[in-house]
Parts: sequence; C-alpha cells; structure tokens
Amino acid sequence: MKCGVVLFPGSNCDHDVYHVLKHVLEQDVVYLWHEETTLKGCDFIVLPGGWSYGDYLRGGAMAALSPVMQSVREHAAKGGPVLGICNGFQVLTEARLLPGALRRNRGLKFECRDTYLRVERNDLDFTSCYRQGQVLRLPIAHGEGNYEHFPGELDRLEANRQIVFRYVAPSGEVDDAWNFNGSARAIAGIVNEAGNVLGLMPHPERCAEEVLGNMDGLGLFQGLVQPALRLVGAAR
Amino acid sequence: MRAKVTVYPRREILDPQGKAIRTALQRIGFAEVGEVRAGKSFEIDLGPVEPQAAAERVAAMCEQLLANTVVEEYAIEIVGEAPAGAKRSADEGKTS
Repeated sequence: MKCGVVLFPGSNCDHDVYHVLKHVLEQDVVYLWHEETTLKGCDFIVLPGGWSYGDYLRGGAMAALSPVMQSVREHAAKGGPVLGICNGFQVLTEARLLPGALRRNRGLKFECRDTYLRVERNDLDFTSCYRQGQVLRLPIAHGEGNYEHFPGELDRLEANRQIVFRYVAPSGEVDDAWNFNGSARAIAGIVNEAGNVLGLMPHPERCAEEVLGNMDGLGLFQGLVQPALRLVGAAR
Repeated sequence: MRAKVTVYPRREILDPQGKAIRTALQRIGFAEVGEVRAGKSFEIDLGPVEPQAAAERVAAMCEQLLANTVVEEYAIEIVGEAPAGAKRSADEGKTS
C-alpha cells in the first residue's frame, strides 16, 4: 500500500510515522509537503503530530487551510483512509473532516505520559487488529487534547459509534482520574460516520516496535496496511 | 474601515485559562474578581468599504477561520479609520 505522510511546517512526528510504515511494516511511503496539490497516488494518508504553523490562532487551524488538505478532503470523500495523530487530529477537526474541537487540557498542563485506551469498536480497518474492548497503553504528549463538542453532538457520536478510543484506567474502566486532559466522555479518538477518517490524540507511532518496549500502537497501522492480519469472525 | 473582533470560549464550556487567571488575581489581592474569560482579539484593516458589507465579510471570516464555533463565540465591532495623527503620536511614544 502506498502511504503518504503529510509535512506541515512545524510537524515533528512525521519521521516516526514514516519509520513505522517504511521500516517496521515495509510499505511504500512518501512525504507530502503541505503545498502539494496532489497526493502522489497514495492510498493511505497520515497527518502526523507536531506544532503545524506554530499552533498560530488554534492548533491545526492554519494547516487545515493548506493546499494539500484540499486533496486530502477529496481522498476522504472517496472513502480513502486518513489517520490524524495528535496535531493531525486537531487538523482534521479544524478542517471539519471530523466533528468537535480539541481545547486546552483541563489542568492547563502539557501532559506527557502513558495513557490507557479502550478499543470501543474493532469493525473498522484501523482497529481490525485489536480485540473489542482491548486495553492499549499509548503515550500522549499534548497541551490541547481536551475533546469538546455540543452535548447533543456527543450523544450523536455515541449513537453512531464514532467514539473509537476512550481513556480508561489500566483495568479498562472509564475513570476520570485517567482522563488527563479532561475530554468529554473520555474521548481519545473518533472516526467519521463513513469510518475512513480517524483521529486520536495518543501516539501509536511511538509504541510500534519491539525495541521501544511497547508495541501496542502497531496494530493501528497493521489494520490498514496488512489486511491479512485482521481478526475475523467471532473474535472480531 | 477597520474591524475589531473578539473571540471567547463559549460560556457553556469550561474555560480553564480564565479560571486560572481569576484564581491568580484573587491571590494577589483582587478579591472582588468574579468570572474571568480569556480570549483573543483581532484588528483587521478592511480598506474602503460600507459598514454593512464590512460586517458581513468579517462575520464570514469569523465563521471560516478566526473562531472555532464549536467551542468559541465572537463579537464584531466595525470602526471608522483611526485619525492619522492619533496613530502617529502613539508610535512616537513607543520609540522615545
């Protein structure tokens, strides 16, 4: 599968994603500069973490208007998979490819630590290598990851099963003490209604290789690029 | 014409920054301080344009970029040209 990692000025997790796709999963990967007007034939697009455009105005606000995002929008409209991680998630909400917004963390602190996520659904390509309800350990590193939306819209997300990952205690139970940024409904990651655009604040690319001591994030990429590994039948 | 735009977190949404500033103000002796909202302001030069048209254009700017209406609300004030002399003297004040 040809994968494209979008580079905005200020992206800083781009090479981590490139490394996982290229060297761990042995995929064809290219960088897509923010001024590009095509996606160079890529099938899977990743918007990496960082501080695109210095977080000017709001995290992701400037990047959402960059030329490459028009092509990403068209790719998504055709059902092409798009993954936004951390700042990439912010870009997707600012581009309105995903609903809601990411605000300043509840405690005002930049949170850099491991979190535990519960997989709320594994019938998406992205999550197809995980078990339903599986608890993953993934690191966060952000100051603005507090997911927010109108109460009625949060209900809609629940009803449409668009909440893919929730912050939980290591036991797998939702617990406010483990929701470090204060996200509404403990939301860590959501998907669009069609199921092809996923955004999450934690960093799967930082725990996707044995040498890093944690491989919980690898499945998210494998689900997309290695369909043979998808869990099937009752297990799923 | 110029526009002054202010953007604040919506009232229904917790504003941790405003809350922290309120606590800090109270701590340094401003006990009378109630709610504090922390926002952003923009001054936008619009060139020669009718006030009504200016307001509509700036509202569109707010909807599309200046505010994220999921979590923020905005207010627009359209003002005339600043008197040329007033601005110059302010600048001179800064350099002296």
